[in-house]
Amino acid sequence: MKITREEILHLAKLSDFDLEESEIDGLSKNLEDIIGYISELNTLDTEGVEPTYQVFEMENIWRDDEILPQEATREELLALTTEQAQDQIKVPKVL
Amino acid sequence: MKIASKEVSAVSLVKEAFEKAKKYEDKHIFVSLNEENAIARAKEIDERIARGENVGRLAGVPYALKDNFLSKEGNTTASSLMLEPFHSPIDSTTVKKLEAEGAIMIGRTNMDSFAHGSSTENSYFGPTKNSIDDERVSGGSSGGSAVAVALDIVEFATGTDTGGSIRQPASFNGVYGLKPTYGTISRYGVVAMASSTDCVGFFTKTPDDMDLLMSICAGQDKTDMTTLPDYYNETPETEVKRIGIIKDFDNDAVDKNIRDALAKKVEFLENKGYEIVELEMPTLKYALAVYYIIVPAEISSNLSRHDGIRYGYRSKNAKDLGEIFSKSRNEGFMSENKRRIMVGNFVLSSGFYDAYYLKAQKARTKIIEEYNKAFEKVDFILMPVSPSPAFKLGEKVNDPVSMYLEDVMSVPTNLAGVPSLAVPAGKTKSGLPLGLQVVGPRRSDKNILKFAKVLEEDE
Repeated sequence: MKITREEILHLAKLSDFDLEESEIDGLSKNLEDIIGYISELNTLDTEGVEPTYQVFEMENIWRDDEILPQEATREELLALTTEQAQDQIKVPKVL
Repeated sequence: MKIASKEVSAVSLVKEAFEKAKKYEDKHIFVSLNEENAIARAKEIDERIARGENVGRLAGVPYALKDNFLSKEGNTTASSLMLEPFHSPIDSTTVKKLEAEGAIMIGRTNMDSFAHGSSTENSYFGPTKNSIDDERVSGGSSGGSAVAVALDIVEFATGTDTGGSIRQPASFNGVYGLKPTYGTISRYGVVAMASSTDCVGFFTKTPDDMDLLMSICAGQDKTDMTTLPDYYNETPETEVKRIGIIKDFDNDAVDKNIRDALAKKVEFLENKGYEIVELEMPTLKYALAVYYIIVPAEISSNLSRHDGIRYGYRSKNAKDLGEIFSKSRNEGFMSENKRRIMVGNFVLSSGFYDAYYLKAQKARTKIIEEYNKAFEKVDFILMPVSPSPAFKLGEKVNDPVSMYLEDVMSVPTNLAGVPSLAVPAGKTKSGLPLGLQVVGPRRSDKNILKFAKVLEEDE
């Protein structure tokens, strides 16, 4: 399967990557190889088979609707960000 | 394992570990060492022992932590630029449980960035070398942890196994590596990769050490809704009689050294009175394609949280909010991270979802059914972990599909959620370690470890 430049740029947009021009050809080749390989699955008959999305043996794990004590403080979490102001995370203006 | 006591101090155990870690610095096993904290903890443990307190089952035991487990000590980087600045304010559940028993973390081990890889060459900090050959890979993604145990720097190391990331490096370095039943050990505080297959496990030098770690870490966690109630410590003993081998993997695609190692173990088991049953599992050959659809899909979702805003790397080249996301992500992720995220978005995108993602989830059902049928006939399956022993550094790193093929025999168990233990199985003529894996039905982890002690007699 051929992956065009437009398709790579579309996938990069979905992935939120600002790709460098120098990355595009290599990624196209890699993705063609990978998608070529996974397409082998087409030869397996899955007619009438139900999909399995998870292999955990339990469903509907309930817990009480209570606020658990938090392990990290607001200050500790804010300290992880690059910029803070007035006890908030600071980002460039949006509008 | 060596545990601190009144005779053997925790400080001496920890100091010895650091001496060895430094001796093997060129192997590039650790991303960071935790010397100051570890020695302070060791002193505290020695004082408690002197007071006659019960410190725990891992008193003063030095261990290595894979760099994707959150710990308040040092930065949790997942061996990536994206998380290089990340200092966790919390400990993962596994770290809490190990340390409550007195274990001491001496350093964080190198891995493929975000655990994406099978050689540890995708680390932002450069590759870890094989324990016995500097020109060969350590395996991956938990390469640093495997080598730290193989070189006897630590008594045990933590790992994560999404598609073989514990078992393959264990077999490349001649140690034990367990991927437990899905849901056995909490994943709270572990950097997420693919949530439907990610498992926490360990590297050890003996099956008994593995059993001890499992008995400590297995069990339900309020902060991880996908943990099973502790079945591990309640496992009924079963008699193991029938061992399956898979015909479909006995071909030229598997290195002769590994096929010979398997044949040798089979002969050993036959002589011990085990019945060897040949199994046909024709769907397993599709497992790799299934894996490289489902796992990238989950990666694309899980890794969307890395946005350069709340924590981690933020690009200095970003001029507006959109560029903080797109430039931080493009600069902060390695090529393999990007390939997987983009493949994930491809298989989930409209027009391709049914042909790839849905098809793969149906194939997954068939794989699970195949295991269920196999375990009606046999107690365990004995099979190779990977198609070859440790390969050369640089040999596969620029060819994603050839690297993915490394995982062809390790991923089926992750898709089915069943446990699997990598066991040492001799060496090649040049001394490279060889490994095999014992795969069992769900919740048979403890009995697999017991069976591994039988296999150990032949080592």
